[in-house]
Amino acid sequence: MAVTTAGQTSSQEAAKASFLYRPEVRAVIYQLILLAGIVAFFWYIISNTIINLRRLGIASGFEFMSRTASFDISQTLIPYSAGSTYFTAFMVGLWNTVLVSVIGIVLATILGFIMGIARLSSNWLIARIGTIFVEVLRNIPLLLLLLFMYFAVLKSDLLPQVRNARELWFGSYISNRGINLPAPIFEPGFGYVMLAAILGLALAVGIGIWARRRRLLTGQPFPAFWVGVAVTVAIPLVVAVLMGRPMSFDYPVKGTFNFTGGFVLSPEFLALLAGLSVYTASFIAEAVRAGILAVSKGQKEAAAALGLAPNQALRLVVLPQAARVMIPPLTSNYLSLTKNSSLALAIAYPDLVAVTGTMLNNTGQAVEIILLTMAVYLTLSLLTSLLMNWFNARIALVER
Amino acid sequence: MDTQVAQGTIVTPNAGMNEPLPPPASLVGPLAWLRQNLFSSIGNTVLTILGLLLIYAILKPFLDWAIFSAVWSGPDGSVCRVEGTGACWPFVFAKFGQFMYGRFPDAERWRVNLTYALALAGVVPLMIPSVPGKMWNAVYVFIIFPIMAYWLLTGGIFGLPIVETQYWGGLLITLVVATVGITMSFPIGIILALGRRSKMPLVKWCSIAFIEFVRGVPLITILFMSSVMLPLFLEHGTNPDKLLRALIGVSLFAGAYMAETVRGGLQAIPRGQVEAAEALGLSYGKTMGLVVLPQALKHVIPNIVSEFIGLFKDTSLVLIIGLFDLLGIVQQNMQGDAKWFAPSTPMTGYVFAGLIFWVFCFGMSRYSQFMERKLNTSHR
Repeated sequence: MAVTTAGQTSSQEAAKASFLYRPEVRAVIYQLILLAGIVAFFWYIISNTIINLRRLGIASGFEFMSRTASFDISQTLIPYSAGSTYFTAFMVGLWNTVLVSVIGIVLATILGFIMGIARLSSNWLIARIGTIFVEVLRNIPLLLLLLFMYFAVLKSDLLPQVRNARELWFGSYISNRGINLPAPIFEPGFGYVMLAAILGLALAVGIGIWARRRRLLTGQPFPAFWVGVAVTVAIPLVVAVLMGRPMSFDYPVKGTFNFTGGFVLSPEFLALLAGLSVYTASFIAEAVRAGILAVSKGQKEAAAALGLAPNQALRLVVLPQAARVMIPPLTSNYLSLTKNSSLALAIAYPDLVAVTGTMLNNTGQAVEIILLTMAVYLTLSLLTSLLMNWFNARIALVER
Repeated sequence: MDTQVAQGTIVTPNAGMNEPLPPPASLVGPLAWLRQNLFSSIGNTVLTILGLLLIYAILKPFLDWAIFSAVWSGPDGSVCRVEGTGACWPFVFAKFGQFMYGRFPDAERWRVNLTYALALAGVVPLMIPSVPGKMWNAVYVFIIFPIMAYWLLTGGIFGLPIVETQYWGGLLITLVVATVGITMSFPIGIILALGRRSKMPLVKWCSIAFIEFVRGVPLITILFMSSVMLPLFLEHGTNPDKLLRALIGVSLFAGAYMAETVRGGLQAIPRGQVEAAEALGLSYGKTMGLVVLPQALKHVIPNIVSEFIGLFKDTSLVLIIGLFDLLGIVQQNMQGDAKWFAPSTPMTGYVFAGLIFWVFCFGMSRYSQFMERKLNTSHR
């Protein structure tokens, strides 16, 4: 009797206990606790923020975006003056960030590929130069590099004052006010030249597709790349000559204190661009080197055995396989370059963070402005990684 | 007998009569090395000459600036203002104490040095793989040392005078921010990485949202958020110290990056390990803590070190929110001290700061390469 009761109670206890010990039940309980924690956390900070903002007399919301900004921005890609709205100022900052990021990515990629391939060179000296470049640059902070470029090189006495500006090619000048370039002026009829350029590019792509198809069918090579370049350059040139050269240049004219006319690359922009691209290039060089090293030696030997010339082997056999290894690190390097462009703030280049920083000081709308800035960077990051994931999926090895 | 001998030894014709000829002169010696490595073809020769020109163009002005025409001693900037002088090293010598300790009172600087010594005593044995007792060593480095360092640096206990963080600066701030960021990034990163691989949807999506948000925005916006928005988030009156706010921002940032590194390690662990641990009846905590994480973390030690390098460099960003780390204090001294105004002062300061950062980062990257080699051989 006693034994059976004991057995019954223990099995009842076991059933009760096993209810709490079932993984699904536990998962629900844990998640409810987490949810409660998150809700409590956000409720705490949001209620505090509302109280604090009310105390400081700051109205939350985005109405301030349509008020007049009344501060100047040194570099504007879209029309802007001190009388424009905060929203326009925000867009100016956004475009400046995009400009420096895109040019920086192009320059960093070119320099990174050169240095990455140089590190693998059979020439001892060239390989050493590549190694030193990488090891020096990726071990110092980017911010230090930017401040160095700006305060110690471009803004220092190393570069001449405007009145002693050094003349470079094609009527451009370099001084401690930056690089002044001739600005192109488009006259009526330039549209036709642009049209011809697009036509030439389309033709070049067509030639490339035709050449590839013919090569796959007959094995006959065709110098599609150089013919394509020739077509893309020649057609708009011919049209330009026929139209009577519908483009002229506005050359910068040297004054006592500053230049008039032309187009100026400010020292801030140049320092940021140089710092970002050199720094990121050192990381890209490592990615490129790792990618090329990941291609097994047998591939190169097989290519040589098939009679491919070294540059053909590199272009047709090694690089396409190396690209698969290189794409993920390249993506993250491009993303970090874009995010690192926010260090522009330290050298007064008016990028998104610098402009929103000024807006923050003027309006006090810290929450809205910081969240908006973060949202922009998040969007840029997600867009870049989507694009690179798509590219990665296109070139990925299709396995059985 | 004879056949055995013939099989066992190699009998060469004319054995012992001719000494082997030395290899041709074109294959040995420094000249041959030069020919093979620098002048093997016309293209290579051109590259070598271009490389030499490049090195000359960079090295000559740099050495001239840093050594030959540099100023080595002087009371103030006037000696550096002379036309044609290079680096202004007396600026660095005069300000060295500030660059290292900031405005930490002179009489209390021994506390900073003692903290460094305590840190070295824990970190050096931890980094050498053959030293035993890693477990207690880790307990010292990650739990006991931080408490001691906190007491030593802030004071207010055992009769040590309080030194407020506004007096901290220079390399001290750089090291404090980097060390706290690195130490905090471990627990945060491990929790987030495990959360991201969890089967519970809410845990998983919260972890993903946090990781992707933090990794998608620049560190500088996180620092702005922690320095400008944090006081708004807390109740009125609680006003955390500026350094603490920066530390919170840096820790969250480093944690999100560490999470992805740890996740990489977790993915490298075969499922069989978890299944075997479960079959043995280990709980989730024991499975992770005793079986999975030790293997996963070991896999990614080189990546963890490169995270450290990145974070160490990123600490310089705290100068933007008004803390004077090594770079910040160098910058402040060269722009704010009229006594040392000279054309070459900024470059001298940046080169000095760069050298310090470089030595730390290069040392860490060498260590990571050493660990990578060590771990590689143990797996094969």
